[in-house]
Amino acid sequence: MKYIDHHAHMVSRTTDDYQQLALTGCVAVTEPAFWAGWDRSCGDSVEDYFRQLTEFEPKRAAMFGVQHYTWLAMNPKESDDRALSKDVLKRIPNFLGRPTVLGIGEIGMNRITRNEIATFTEQVELALEHDQLILIHTPHLEDKLKGTRISIDVLARYRNLKPERVMIDHAEEHTIEMIRDHGFWAGLTLYPQTKISPQRAADVIEKYGPDRICVAGACDWGPSDPIAVPRFALEMRRRRHGEPLIERVVFENPVRFLSQSPKFKVTLSAAEPARIG
Amino acid sequence: MKAKPQNPPLTGAEVVDEYFVENRTRLLEIAAFLDRVDRIDASAGARDFRMQVFAEAIAALAGSDRLLRIQALLSDPTVEPLDRLDRKSAIGAFDRGSHAETRP
Repeated sequence: MKYIDHHAHMVSRTTDDYQQLALTGCVAVTEPAFWAGWDRSCGDSVEDYFRQLTEFEPKRAAMFGVQHYTWLAMNPKESDDRALSKDVLKRIPNFLGRPTVLGIGEIGMNRITRNEIATFTEQVELALEHDQLILIHTPHLEDKLKGTRISIDVLARYRNLKPERVMIDHAEEHTIEMIRDHGFWAGLTLYPQTKISPQRAADVIEKYGPDRICVAGACDWGPSDPIAVPRFALEMRRRRHGEPLIERVVFENPVRFLSQSPKFKVTLSAAEPARIG
Repeated sequence: MKAKPQNPPLTGAEVVDEYFVENRTRLLEIAAFLDRVDRIDASAGARDFRMQVFAEAIAALAGSDRLLRIQALLSDPTVEPLDRLDRKSAIGAFDRGSHAETRP
């Protein structure tokens, strides 16, 4: 089984995890810019992180035949800091031409402050200005419903925004309908505790169908699983779903969404993914 | 073409056979958690808004649309952004006693 993990924070993971991804059939990962678990002190620190995402991680992934792509952004957890956010946003365009940068992400809100909404709005405008795909983080736990609603309200202001070029990630049962009803892609991120389990993700596919839904591990520095996507596939097989449905969710859907960037080189028809860089 | 939702090709009995034991385990874990809280400080359950919501969520298990009802119980129903950042992370349940304005 081939699969793509559209949300993996590989800077936090070991090389062994790349090996696990490759051994379980992963052909490509996309890595959104995120919070390091502590606040960065300045824009230079974030810029170094962007260099890590665009220079070092693709090489590390390539050692195992996994393609590595990235998204750049001021992450939601630090986006309340308006001065840092403005500094970072000025630097992002310098990286958008790099061969593995697919778009702006993960952007969105954390605690849903007015500052976070201002930064989110500026990042949506940055993506539109540079014709980039958008990957949106929705807040955790009790903040998810409100954050998803407000994110969609902000996006709805832009008549030139094409919803099919936006994925709203970390969706759960109480947000998936509003995401898809507005024409966006929905991402299900499989977590041991704080988001959605492989079992509930399989329930979502059964209840709502597989259109415009992708699943990802979203592995990072916290409790998480770099091979959560194959665990989802295993859960689907446990329920005797056929391989075409599983492949649709774990491979074809992410290819369809990500191929809207001309830089994404995995194709539906290719027996082997093309090399990049 | 739009793909339709589809239940797994399992009978109801097969679903119960397949998932009963692991969910029996989860049920006992919840019971053990509640007993643990009571054993250490029985009044904590009454004082802590998270435990109050937890009790409401357990009651919701007896009805239909359980998951969506529980998600609603745990979610912040307000519509206004925070004026300033109050803390860095979510904590799992919304303190309904501290807010009034909600989306209809």
